[in-house]
Amino acid sequence: MSREAVYRRPRHVLYIIAILYACVSLLPFVWSVYTSLKPTDEVFTSIVPISHLNFGSYATIIHDFPFARWLLNSTVVAVIVTAGNLCVNTLAGYAFARLRFPGRGLLFYAFLAIMMIPSQVVLVPIYMLLAKLGWIDTYQGLTIPFLMSPFMIFLARQFFLGLPKELEEAARIDGLGHWGVFWRIFLPLSRPLLAAQTIFTFQGNWNSFLWPVLLATSQDMYTLPVGLNSFYGQYDAYWNSVMAGVILLTLPMVIVFLVFQKQFVKGISTTGIK
Amino acid sequence: MNGVHTHTVVAHHSSRRSSVDQALAGYLFVLPALTALVVFLVGPILYAFYISFQQFSFLDEQSNRFVGLANYVHLFHDPVFLRALWNTTLYSLGVVPVQTALALFLAIIVNRVQGKTFFRVAYYLPTVTSTVAVSVMFVFLFQPRGLVNQFLALFGVQGPNYFNSPTFALPAIMVMAIWSTVGQFMIIYLAGLQDIPDELYEAAAIDGASGWKLTRHITIPMLRRTTFLVIVMSLIGTFQVFDQAYVVSGGTGGPLNATLTVILDLFIKGFKDMQMGYASAMAFVLFAIIMILTLIQHYLVGRED
Repeated sequence: MSREAVYRRPRHVLYIIAILYACVSLLPFVWSVYTSLKPTDEVFTSIVPISHLNFGSYATIIHDFPFARWLLNSTVVAVIVTAGNLCVNTLAGYAFARLRFPGRGLLFYAFLAIMMIPSQVVLVPIYMLLAKLGWIDTYQGLTIPFLMSPFMIFLARQFFLGLPKELEEAARIDGLGHWGVFWRIFLPLSRPLLAAQTIFTFQGNWNSFLWPVLLATSQDMYTLPVGLNSFYGQYDAYWNSVMAGVILLTLPMVIVFLVFQKQFVKGISTTGIK
Repeated sequence: MNGVHTHTVVAHHSSRRSSVDQALAGYLFVLPALTALVVFLVGPILYAFYISFQQFSFLDEQSNRFVGLANYVHLFHDPVFLRALWNTTLYSLGVVPVQTALALFLAIIVNRVQGKTFFRVAYYLPTVTSTVAVSVMFVFLFQPRGLVNQFLALFGVQGPNYFNSPTFALPAIMVMAIWSTVGQFMIIYLAGLQDIPDELYEAAAIDGASGWKLTRHITIPMLRRTTFLVIVMSLIGTFQVFDQAYVVSGGTGGPLNATLTVILDLFIKGFKDMQMGYASAMAFVLFAIIMILTLIQHYLVGRED
């Protein structure tokens, strides 16, 4: 007897609830897309049929406002931060799992302990440090402090601990050095780890707001979330354009999510991270 | 005899060299991460702790001075900070239970229907969406003549202007938070559900248990570890809420401080009022609160085992 057979409640109730919540979950997106396509004077007047679809709001935000620049900034920053994290965290996680060196345990605990401290604690000192370096409002300032994540190092270590011991021995016989073992043997096996790191680092950085709203002070250096926030603050009479901005910010992440859906789910279930 | 001796000496030498090699490689591999840890975390944390005992402004370094515990003491007499702490607590108390229960409920349902992939995608989509985008979407939905109020009007209810109302602004942010994170926790619960052995349900069914009883006596207790994880993550997340409050209030925490959260207050004090020592003290109080919540949770779960 399967678990399904044990439950006797009629199935269609479950489907109704599941579909209802799917509607709740998706409606704000649908409504935003719909609003972005409305003519300005119909934003609030009509729920259903609008007189014509209006793609003008997308043209407006691209041509008349710096959304293209913000999109570029967001992309540059997220790509650099993701690439940096991939290198830094994977190397450290590998060393903590697979190489013996004095102080290894202590160092690893240092990373773990820091993970408990909320990152907002360093807002003031990092701001001051970057100001002293002249890095406020620059790509360096938006990327370099964020190239490492203790949590991702922890994940990488767990992953490399799970690989069989014989791998190194075989590689040693082939005459590979420590770098060679890592690069030729372990890295090709760590695609799931790299996928999870890429997805979550990229997502976190793409959507991040607290740091860029502090560190990007001129319009030209805004990332998309900062840009959208300032745009909506000034032009909230033009909800169709604001919604076009919402879609521009949301769509790239949604596409990444739909393409890598399986890895997202696997990453969340095994690590619990966002 | 001599040959054997030479052989062991060579082997000894080469194994020493290889362990030195390995240690060297280890340090080199860890070096970038360690540099980042020291420069961008440990150093700044210590510095933040140091200036939390100072009257400190970045712009006017001449007037910086040591004030002992004054910043910490002042925090608990500062009506604005207390309001922020109160708002954040309310927000957390509102969001965490509802979000946890809803995530569990949806996971149990999705686990038993066809088309799991569709529902997972649909429920998870808000989680990958930027909090700024979510906030702007909800500000629009909650406009005086927005979709929510048009829906209420069908029942003859006149909805308020949510984000201009000291009463409704914070609850509206709570709704937004629950909507945007419930999918993440549902997926964690779904994974937890897969780990419950079928035999438990079969045994209980033979004893005549069914439906709600199975959920109540098997599913929920078996998911206790998952629930612990979900609540801790959710508590930590809610106490750090910033983006939504900033976006809906234009960075002010208004109306009348109704959406002022601890981090938003910290942001305003630190970077608008330039009271950086005071803002740092606030950060450490937040850290202590998060720490205590996590420890209480640990204690409660540990005692049950």
